[in-house]
Amino acid sequence: MAMPKEKRNGTLINFAAVMLGFVLLYLLKTSGLISNYYQGIIIQCFFTIIMVASLNIATGYLGQLALGHAGFMAIGAYTSALVVKALTNADILNGGTDLEKIILLVIGIACGATLAAIIGALVGIPALRLRGDYLAIITLGFGEIIRVVIQNLKFAGGKGLAAGQAGQALIGIKILNNVYFIYFIMAASIAILFCFVRSKSGRAIVAIREDDIASEASGVNNTHYKVMAFTIAAFFAGVAGAIFAHRGTGTIQPADFTFMKSTEYVIMVVIGGMSSLTGSVIAAVALSIIPEILRAFSEYRMLVYSVLLIIMMIFRPIGLCGRYEFSLRQFLIDLPQNIKNLPRNLQRFWLSCLQSAKDFPGRVKSFFSKDKGRDDGDNDETEAVV
Amino acid sequence: MSKEAILSVRNLGISFGGLKAVTNFNLDLYEGELVGLIGPNGAGKTTVFNLLTGVYIPTEGSIHLNGISINGKKTHQVVAAGAARTFQNIRLFKTLTVLENVKIAFTKDIKYTLFDTLFRTGRFWREEAEITAKSMELLKLFNLQDKAEAIATNLPYGQQRKLEIARALATDMKVLLLDEPAAGMNPVETAELLECINLIRQKFNVSILLIEHDMSLVMKICERILVIDYGETIASGLPHEIANNPKVIAAYLGG
Repeated sequence: MAMPKEKRNGTLINFAAVMLGFVLLYLLKTSGLISNYYQGIIIQCFFTIIMVASLNIATGYLGQLALGHAGFMAIGAYTSALVVKALTNADILNGGTDLEKIILLVIGIACGATLAAIIGALVGIPALRLRGDYLAIITLGFGEIIRVVIQNLKFAGGKGLAAGQAGQALIGIKILNNVYFIYFIMAASIAILFCFVRSKSGRAIVAIREDDIASEASGVNNTHYKVMAFTIAAFFAGVAGAIFAHRGTGTIQPADFTFMKSTEYVIMVVIGGMSSLTGSVIAAVALSIIPEILRAFSEYRMLVYSVLLIIMMIFRPIGLCGRYEFSLRQFLIDLPQNIKNLPRNLQRFWLSCLQSAKDFPGRVKSFFSKDKGRDDGDNDETEAVV
Repeated sequence: MSKEAILSVRNLGISFGGLKAVTNFNLDLYEGELVGLIGPNGAGKTTVFNLLTGVYIPTEGSIHLNGISINGKKTHQVVAAGAARTFQNIRLFKTLTVLENVKIAFTKDIKYTLFDTLFRTGRFWREEAEITAKSMELLKLFNLQDKAEAIATNLPYGQQRKLEIARALATDMKVLLLDEPAAGMNPVETAELLECINLIRQKFNVSILLIEHDMSLVMKICERILVIDYGETIASGLPHEIANNPKVIAAYLGG
C-alpha cells in the first residue's frame, strides 16, 4: 500500500512550507534586513531548536530526565571543529567556495553526530538501567565527565590538533555559517525526529514512559528502545554541536557546555511541553530571542526570565503545547472556520484572560501555600481545603 | 492426557533471602485449557505469575513453553515465546488512546526498519495499516471499537480490564495469564468478564491460567484448580474436589 492520500498531501504541504521559509529567509537576507548580528541569532535559534527537540525525545517522550545533553553537544562541536580543521590544514578542502564550505560542514556534522551517537549509546547502556533521580544524576555526571575530559585533551585546545594546548579554548575554527543550509539541516532534523516519534519506535518509547512494566509485558524490549531513543537524542545534539562550533565566532571552549547549559535546554523542553516537538520549536525560538531583546535591561534580564518561568509554572505546568502537535494540513483545513469564528474566539480569549487575572492572587497563594506534589492542575480544590 | 503440555512447569521455586516464597510448584497446562490458581492472600500466586513471565528469575525448577525453556528469559522474550499476562492492578498506557494501547503490543511483530520509518516507505504504511486493522478487530471483539480514540484512563473500570486483555491477546500468545481480572468488579461487570473469557477461548484457542478470588467465577469456568498456601501447592484437582478438600477449607478459614 502506498502512502495514504491525506498523508501525502500533508507531506507536500509541509515541504512547501519549508521552501516558503527558505524563500522568506532568502528575501530577508538579500534585501539586507538581516545583519550579521541577526544572522547570529537566527543560527542560534536553529541549533537550539535541534537541541531542544532532540532532548525532548529523551526527556519528554521517553520520560527520562537527562541532565547531560550539553555534553553530547560538546562532542559534536569539538569533533566537527577538529575534523574540519584537519581537512583544511591538510589542504584537502580549504572552504574557499560556498560549495566547499557546505561540504566541509556536512562532513563536520556527520563526524560530530556519529561520535556523539556512539558515546550516547555507550553512556546510555549502563545509565538507562537507572530511573528518575538516579538517571538524572548519572547523566549529569557523564555530561561533566565529557566536558572535563575535553578540557584536558591536548589536541582540543588552543590552535588544536598538533599545535594544541590543553585547558584552553579551541580557536581558529573555520566559519561555516551558511544560514540557508543550516535552515535545511534544522528542518530535516525536525522531520526525522517527527517521523521517528510517529512510528513503532515512538509508540514503544511513549509506552515505556507510561508504564515500563506493562510495556515489557506487551513484548516491547525496553532496553533496546530506551538506548535507541537516547542514542538518537545524542546524535542530534551532535548535529547541533557541529553547527554551534562553526556558527561564526571561530572559537569554542569547554565552558560553553556546562551543566547550566544542559539545564537551560531541559527548561526549554518543559516550557515547550514534554513530548511536543511543536512546543520545543516554539520554546527554543522564544528563549533564544527573549534574552537578546532583554539585553537593553541587562541587569534585570535574568530576573525577567525567572519571573516568566514562575508565571509559566503557575498557569500552565504542562508547558506551552502540552502534547499538542501542530499540523499545517489540519490548520489549513480549519482555517475558514476559524476565521469565521475569530471575533467569538477573541472575545472568549479576552474573557479567559480577565478570569486569569482575577484568579491570579489565589493561584499564586495556593502555589506557594503548601506542597501539592506534582499535580498543579486543580488549584481551586487546594484552596477549598486550605 | 496424551498431548504435550503447552506450558510445563517442574519443581519451580524462588527464595527471597531465607524466605521461600514459592516451592515445588508443578503445572501442566494443555492447549485450550483453563486452570485456576487460588489461595489466600500472600500465598504466592502473583509470585508464580512473576516467575512464569520472567519478572523474577527462579532459584530452582524449570519452565518450558511450547517445549522451549524460558528459565531466566526477560519478560519481552517470554512474551515473544508466547505467554502474555494482565496485572492485578490494571496497567494501561494511561495517557494514550485505546487504539494505541493495543498497537503497542504489536511492536514486536512489525518488521519495518528505521530506514522505512524515516523515509515512510510503502512497507511502513502497509504494516501500519495492517496492525491498525488487526487492533481494531480485537477492539471490536471486546466492543471497544467506538472508544478507539478515547484516552485509556477515561474508560470505566470494566472496559479498562477488557482493554488490558485485548492488549495481551494482541501479542499473539498461546498462554494467557490473568491476574485477578474480576477484582473490584460489580456482578454485572463480572458476568461480562465471564462472557469475554469464554469468547477468547472459543476464538483463539488459548490456554488460560487464572488467579482469582471470586470463587463463584472460579468454580464456574475453571476446568482444573490449583491451590497454594505459603508457597506450597496444597491441592489440585477438579472444582468440586477442591471445594470439598479439607486442606483448602482449612487454609481459607484458618482451621
